[in-house]
Amino acid sequence: MIYFILQLLVLFGLVITAAAVIWFKDLISAAIALGASSLILSLQFYLLRAPDVAIAEAAVGAALTTAIFIFAIRASQREEGYK
Amino acid sequence: MNWKMSRVVRTVTDVMVVPIIVFGIYLIIHGHLTPGGGFQGGAVVASSTALLIIAYGSFRDYKKDFSSVESIGLTLFIFLAILGILLGATLFYNFGAGTGGLFGGRVAEGINPGYINTGGTVPLMNIMVGLEVTAALSLILWMMAKSSDSMEVEA
Repeated sequence: MIYFILQLLVLFGLVITAAAVIWFKDLISAAIALGASSLILSLQFYLLRAPDVAIAEAAVGAALTTAIFIFAIRASQREEGYK
Repeated sequence: MNWKMSRVVRTVTDVMVVPIIVFGIYLIIHGHLTPGGGFQGGAVVASSTALLIIAYGSFRDYKKDFSSVESIGLTLFIFLAILGILLGATLFYNFGAGTGGLFGGRVAEGINPGYINTGGTVPLMNIMVGLEVTAALSLILWMMAKSSDSMEVEA
């Protein structure tokens, strides 16, 4: 039962952070929301008993991809859309 | 590349970099016993490079160093794989298992906690892959930071 509730919470968090990525107009906020989504996805991998995939997802998705997105936003505009 | 983040970010980076690197090395050298391995440990070590680049932002030209470490790791990995053929067996033959040398201990029977000195060539290959992945991801991050600095747009 506690396992079911934990998995439901993780799935709700995944949906909410994935919606926040689309909803934010500030691109750095969207990149950080993408990192949070990736972290929750790695928690879901751990709950589904794939700990090595969880480690790879947490390292690549939450740390390296966020850093590369922030470097790319730095070379471009921070706000979405034309002014 | 000459930005510098606030004192809070720099202090947290100084505190967190060493545990992240130690955890990555733990994942690499326990790759044949616990979840993880060369790729995961290398990605964890490379995330400490991301922290350092973001917090301090002033780095020398590290392109040749990262590229050399990456090439050395891949070359030693392929050399260990081909050494299996040269010793009279197939590619990736585990010639080190149970011989008593480095990582050559005998695996115990039954339920055991796992001993680090086993596995033959598998831990050596994990270390090579860890070197390669660390250097490659650090090189990608360094190149992205360097080229994003040169074409920064004033908002």
